[in-house]
Amino acid sequence: MSTTLLDLSVLTKTFGSQRVIDQVAFQMKAGEVVSLVGPSGCGKSTLLRIVAGLDTQYAGQVRIHGEAPQLHSRHVGCVFQEPRLLPWLTVAENVGFELGREGAQHPRVRSLLEEVGLADCAAAYPKQLSGGMAQRVAIARGLFTQPSLLLLDEPFSAVDAFTRMRLQDLLISVAAHHGTTLLLVTHDVKESVYLSDRVVVMGARPGRINGEVEVPLARPRDRRDSNLSRLEGEVLNLLNCQPSSMALAI
Amino acid sequence: MAEALLHDAAHRPTTPIPRGAPLLARLQGVIVPGLLVALWEGVVRAGWIAPHLLPPPSELVSTVSDLLQSGDIFTHIGVSSLRVGVGFGIGAFLALGVGALVGLSRRAEALLDPTFQAIRAIPSLAWVPLLLLWLGIDEAPKITLIAIGAFFPVYLNFTAGIQNVDRKLVEVGHIYGLTGWRLVQRIFIPAALPNLFTGLRSGLSLAWMFLVAAELIAASKGLGYLLNDGRETGRADLVIVAIIVLALLGKLSDSLLRGLEHRLLRWRDTFNTRQA
Repeated sequence: MSTTLLDLSVLTKTFGSQRVIDQVAFQMKAGEVVSLVGPSGCGKSTLLRIVAGLDTQYAGQVRIHGEAPQLHSRHVGCVFQEPRLLPWLTVAENVGFELGREGAQHPRVRSLLEEVGLADCAAAYPKQLSGGMAQRVAIARGLFTQPSLLLLDEPFSAVDAFTRMRLQDLLISVAAHHGTTLLLVTHDVKESVYLSDRVVVMGARPGRINGEVEVPLARPRDRRDSNLSRLEGEVLNLLNCQPSSMALAI
Repeated sequence: MAEALLHDAAHRPTTPIPRGAPLLARLQGVIVPGLLVALWEGVVRAGWIAPHLLPPPSELVSTVSDLLQSGDIFTHIGVSSLRVGVGFGIGAFLALGVGALVGLSRRAEALLDPTFQAIRAIPSLAWVPLLLLWLGIDEAPKITLIAIGAFFPVYLNFTAGIQNVDRKLVEVGHIYGLTGWRLVQRIFIPAALPNLFTGLRSGLSLAWMFLVAAELIAASKGLGYLLNDGRETGRADLVIVAIIVLALLGKLSDSLLRGLEHRLLRWRDTFNTRQA
């Protein structure tokens, strides 16, 4: 499992006159789980949009399996902060959205819904789901295209703490089952360490990488493991550190 | 893990809204009209109002049965319904096309919307003389007038519906590589459907209104003609029957659209579709 899946190098990205990303580069190997952690405004969601192909205005080079990011890529799936289910489609139709009208009948829809524990909600409309259930449908939809890389933008930030823990475990088990690589944006340090093989810590204004923390712990992990809290501490240290140039300027 | 996840699936609210309230509650709406009809009959019979100005309900029943026996009423209803159907169909269809264009393209909006807003400001009946001059007195001016009436509500509501589609849902479409017509078809139209139905329903009621205007001016068949004929021959009963038939047809056609709306928009999460 040492093939490079994602090779990202964004030199600059600006919104108007404001530089939001400055020299961010990292790689991901197939099967890895990587979190991007940082304060708001560090450009982590923008990075995800670049990888998804939604944002093409940047200087740098991004390669996924050696190809430039593109919309409707067979390599990449997306899960957003909100479930973003289409309210006029049933759960099954949402999961199989890629295939259009016949999508709901595809056998993979059924198996994915079973995996996320929503097999008997296939015919329900999104309005009938709780927030956690809707996000599980969104995960199933993200995996429907069988992407090798699943992008998740603060996927569990809108659900309560207990649902969040269950969704985290679900995500890890489903991703492991499909051999999917995960790139996760979060502002929850605990979540990033618990889920990831590697945490990329970013700083803000302009967004840049402060450092990385490896999490060499086997799965399934125990949330009470003291190693996790030690690594959380390392992430927090990196979050608080100022870049040397700024320190000099002060 | 899986059990825990399945657990909250059991709480999902899937019971449909119960239809069919108690009989008494459903009859509530009939009380006031029933009393009014009784009062009407009483007032005319007592001689307080001249029967040739306000024929009593009992006389209207015999007028209706005459019209039914001669079959005339069906001709009038058929002709009027066809005019509304064709005019509304043309107006709504054009409004769908133009509305989609203006809703989706800023350039089209800048080019076309001011013109349409200006045309909309013309009181619709002001078109009548011009339409008669241009198109004669046959079906063409009537259908055109009805189409103009139906066009604007559909156009305005559909355009607004498209412009208010959640950007985040459009982005989902982009993620799946949808562009152009496929994006319109799979994201914009379903998302704008609630607005579209609002527009279609008000367009349809305007179509009936314009039908009467068109038929009052020049027609030899239709419910508007019946109204005019009743006035010219001094038969208030014919006028009242025509009014009632127009009301029923308007209500019926709106109910058809509402039924369709209810079916197509059952996914909506609104106050009106809340659990009873």
